[in-house]
Amino acid sequence: MTRAAAKNASALAAGLLFGLGLAIAQMVNPEKVLDFLDVSGNWDPSLALVMGGAVGVAMLAFRFVLKRGQPMFESEFHLPRMTKVDRRVLVGSAIFGLGWGIGGYCPGPGIAALSAGSVEALVFVAGMALGSVLYQRVAAPRG
Amino acid sequence: MANFTPVSALIGGALIGLAATLLLWLTGRIAGVSGIMHGALLQRRDGWRWLFLAGLVVGAGAWTWLAPPAFAPRLGYPVPLVLLAGVLVGFGTAQGGGCTSGHGVCGISRLSARSIAATLTFLLTGMISVFAVRHLFRIAS
Repeated sequence: MTRAAAKNASALAAGLLFGLGLAIAQMVNPEKVLDFLDVSGNWDPSLALVMGGAVGVAMLAFRFVLKRGQPMFESEFHLPRMTKVDRRVLVGSAIFGLGWGIGGYCPGPGIAALSAGSVEALVFVAGMALGSVLYQRVAAPRG
Repeated sequence: MANFTPVSALIGGALIGLAATLLLWLTGRIAGVSGIMHGALLQRRDGWRWLFLAGLVVGAGAWTWLAPPAFAPRLGYPVPLVLLAGVLVGFGTAQGGGCTSGHGVCGISRLSARSIAATLTFLLTGMISVFAVRHLFRIAS
């Protein structure tokens, strides 16, 4: 297997595992997500444990992985260069949160929910693609 | 808290952390679903992004197939609201450079101040908009 094919197979495997995790945790169910965000209603803390479980594993494992100097099938790690808190990340995240609370989907669960033949998820994903293109066209910093 | 499902939440969360680790270890990439989606839409040449996204669908589908009552699509929620939600999520994650997975899981795991600020922000505005949708406008769900 070539390096490029190994990289593609790895991405597919990671995606499969990620999707399985989302489904087992019931995060593909938008009502469960809304129940977490609805702190004044019948609160469901499950999502906090999903994030806690994921962060717990990743925080430990990332240390070992990043110590290796380079990934298996690539020449270098592609880590985000931006680490500072600026207006852009705050405004963007605020807009994302508003949409998250309206629909009950964030990007991963929205895409994963397509698997159940959910028409609603299809509408959501189409909207996300539209929002992404819209940002690139009108708001992305040039240069 | 009758609907609290701690065991499946922790197991599912651990699998997500494992998936993020696998992607970083093998390909050097951060498992941020919004970033991967925006990259795929910008038509970068390499196909790994589309494969990851396809994996999300098939992986979740496999569980739904193995455990049929696992997930039934929500019906009857206003479609225009779902579309609006999608546009806001697409736009906001592009501007903010991440979502629940990229900032919330991977960024916090790397103790990035930017990701911690992003996560606190979208949790807060998410709670505000749910409050508006469910309790102010009383939209059925």
